[in-house]
Amino acid sequence: MKDNPIMRLAVRWNIPFMLIFALYTQAHGELGPGGGFQSGVIVAAAFILYGLVFGGAEMRRVVPRWFTDLLGAVGVLIYAGAGVYAMAMGYEFLDHAALMPSNPGGAEPWGMTIVEYGVGITVFGVMMTIFNEITEGTNPEDNEPTDDSADTEYGS
Amino acid sequence: MSPTIMLDVVLLALVIIAGIAAIEVRNLFASVMLASIYSLLMACFWTTMDAVDVAYTEAAVGAGISTILLMGALVLTGETEIVRRAVHWPALGACMLVGALLVYGTLDMPKFGDANAPAHVHPIYAGFTKQDIRKDPSGKSHDDNVAAEKAAAHTEAEAHAETAHGHDDYFHGHVPNQVTSVIVAYRAFDTLFETAVIFTAGMGLIVLLRGRRGNPLKGGLL
Repeated sequence: MKDNPIMRLAVRWNIPFMLIFALYTQAHGELGPGGGFQSGVIVAAAFILYGLVFGGAEMRRVVPRWFTDLLGAVGVLIYAGAGVYAMAMGYEFLDHAALMPSNPGGAEPWGMTIVEYGVGITVFGVMMTIFNEITEGTNPEDNEPTDDSADTEYGS
Repeated sequence: MSPTIMLDVVLLALVIIAGIAAIEVRNLFASVMLASIYSLLMACFWTTMDAVDVAYTEAAVGAGISTILLMGALVLTGETEIVRRAVHWPALGACMLVGALLVYGTLDMPKFGDANAPAHVHPIYAGFTKQDIRKDPSGKSHDDNVAAEKAAAHTEAEAHAETAHGHDDYFHGHVPNQVTSVIVAYRAFDTLFETAVIFTAGMGLIVLLRGRRGNPLKGGLL
């Protein structure tokens, strides 16, 4: 699809807006509709759209596989880390009051924001992994260059 | 018939048409697009029901990422469905049974727009749902309403200072978006393990699929 000028232009002009909208969703999770899950999905959709048009190898050049593998775990660690931090400060697990002991109610939106970033990062990483694994090996030209040519033949 | 109900009927009719068309059409690309349209119509429907968080998720996940992932899968499968039109009666029966159970389950829920629904009468959230009333029948100005809401919210916060957090904070201890408040604060454990489930799904996919086709270990951590 990368030779189609309409597809190229449409994708190039849409991706910045998708990313900005995803960041808006992420940052306003506690104020309006949306949150980490939706934001992670939209960011992943933007990159996967890029991958569909320009090829998986080009997408993995922008977002490498080791990076998305790592993000899946980093998000869960951020979420659980917010809880462990509260425990370390002498509060209950995931009691966000630990972030601002002088104003527990005001700390709750902060805790939510941190937790939502964790959710968003995990969802983004896993969605990218799903796309990478589904399309792996479907187009030999899309894959990273290999030392062994037999690697690109699937089903053997 | 009120315009809202007419809109709902039209939207739901289009949803049914899109759903049936997505199943019946033989071209898989068209089928994916119809499934996407189905999700978009459902998102519109959720919006008219004032369930904006659900609508958002439906639009992002149903119309967004799953369409794109299915298009990625189309590269593997080819474009045309192999036609097998035999009806699988046990499967049909199971679907009808589960559908009937779901409808039976909704009978216990409060009616749409019911002012006495638990979501509207719960003491902690009552102060916030007052802000959701769009048209004030008494014809008071916006500022009056805001002042009244502030007073109501303040007394709520004072009344529940011991159950909620203190009343001196900006959000009275609870963020404006009740859905986020419930998901991330009230049911934080639930959401933590949902995130862990998503993570586990990704790891399972890597373990099962990575290396089965093509280059096994290059480019990944595992």
